[in-house]
Amino acid sequence: MSEKEHKVSRRQFLTYTLTGVGGFMAAGMLMPMARFALDPALEAGAESDFVRVASLDELTEEPQRFDFVVEQEDGWYSSEVTRVAWIYLANNEVVALSPVCTHLGCTVNWEGSESYPENFFCPCHGGRFERDGTNIQGTPPTRPLDVYEVQVEGDDVYLGGTVQR
Amino acid sequence: MLQKLYDWVDERLDITPMWRDIADHEVPEHVNPAHHFSAFIYCFGGLTFFVTVIQILSGMFLTMYYVPDIIHAYESVYYLQNEVTFGVIVRGMHHWGASLVIVMMFLHTLRVFFTGSYKKPRELNWVVGVLIFFVMLGLGFTGYLLPWDMKAYFATVVGLEIAEAVPVVGGFAKALLAGGEIIGAQTLARFFAIHVFFLPGALLGLLGAHFYMIRKQGISGPL
Ligand code: HEM
Ligand code: FES
Repeated sequence: MSEKEHKVSRRQFLTYTLTGVGGFMAAGMLMPMARFALDPALEAGAESDFVRVASLDELTEEPQRFDFVVEQEDGWYSSEVTRVAWIYLANNEVVALSPVCTHLGCTVNWEGSESYPENFFCPCHGGRFERDGTNIQGTPPTRPLDVYEVQVEGDDVYLGGTVQR
Repeated sequence: MLQKLYDWVDERLDITPMWRDIADHEVPEHVNPAHHFSAFIYCFGGLTFFVTVIQILSGMFLTMYYVPDIIHAYESVYYLQNEVTFGVIVRGMHHWGASLVIVMMFLHTLRVFFTGSYKKPRELNWVVGVLIFFVMLGLGFTGYLLPWDMKAYFATVVGLEIAEAVPVVGGFAKALLAGGEIIGAQTLARFFAIHVFFLPGALLGLLGAHFYMIRKQGISGPL
């Protein structure tokens, strides 16, 4: 290659190499900090343990409210928090519904409104769900209530995490 | 693409003169290590600033996890260092950078001293530099308490006893810094506030004055 074929001027060469090296150093500095800040969004959520919540002979076809306590790990803070499940029997299958409204997260109650018997009712924007958790058309929620994972061992009913349907 | 974007903004706001004014100035031969290698001593000021930028950035990120509360401070530092991805690195940058910034500042001060750069007309910049030095020591002192472990606690106990030894105002200074008689909850909250808001604010103001004066007066001449 002859001298004339060098199409890169001295100034350009310096611009490229200096921004390149500078960019590399800046990235080396900023990348760990960015990953550090993004950590909560990138780490998978923890598996939840199963907790005994009720015994089989307490359950009926009618959804009943059960409160139970789970260990919650929140970064450096662990605490016991109370969860709620609406549990009933459908053809002898245990169904445990989450009370968290699928509209915007308020808390639903079985027959929470006198005007709507046989419905889960959400006081925030009047969202309603059938007994099996199906959202009722014409009310704000757009999907059914989440269900808890259920394990039955002998007479004891254990609940795990919630799953979307 | 970038060039186009730049041109678009420049056409409307005429930004070129702004950065030219800051960035375009010749480096005199006697401070350019490419001419005389020994001129590298003129880099220490810039290196001090570079480490300061790292301190401010890494510190800002640390506050995403750190909590200034005596029950949880230690746990939160433990968590961010051991559980959060790259936590060791980010805390490490802040931890080692805190010492490095003092070293760089000291070398920079030596350079200014031995080149006689503090002489007229640059006396005021020496004064500002000394204030920066004290702010840095303050940042180191207040930051050191934040992990709230034994070393942090007793370093602060000792530091505050030293403050107390000052004649007349000592007792008052200690109570003010500790937020009362006890070195505890209020001390930690206060040190945190001083460490992340008051001193960095003061530091940025002083650095602004420092750099403005350098720009105005130019770098001092060769020996
Ligand atoms: C030049 C400036 C600074 C210096 C010299 C400095 C110094 C220190 C020191 C010595 C520690 C104790 C580190 C350890 O024990 O590992 C510390 C901790 C801390 N600093 Fe700074 N700091 C500076 C700026 C900042 C800024 C601007 C912020 C936030 C906006 C910040 C936030 C923190 C936090 C949250 C901690 C506690 C976490 C830990 O101990 O790792 N720092 N700092
Ligand atoms: S949150 Fe339940 S209806 Fe809006």
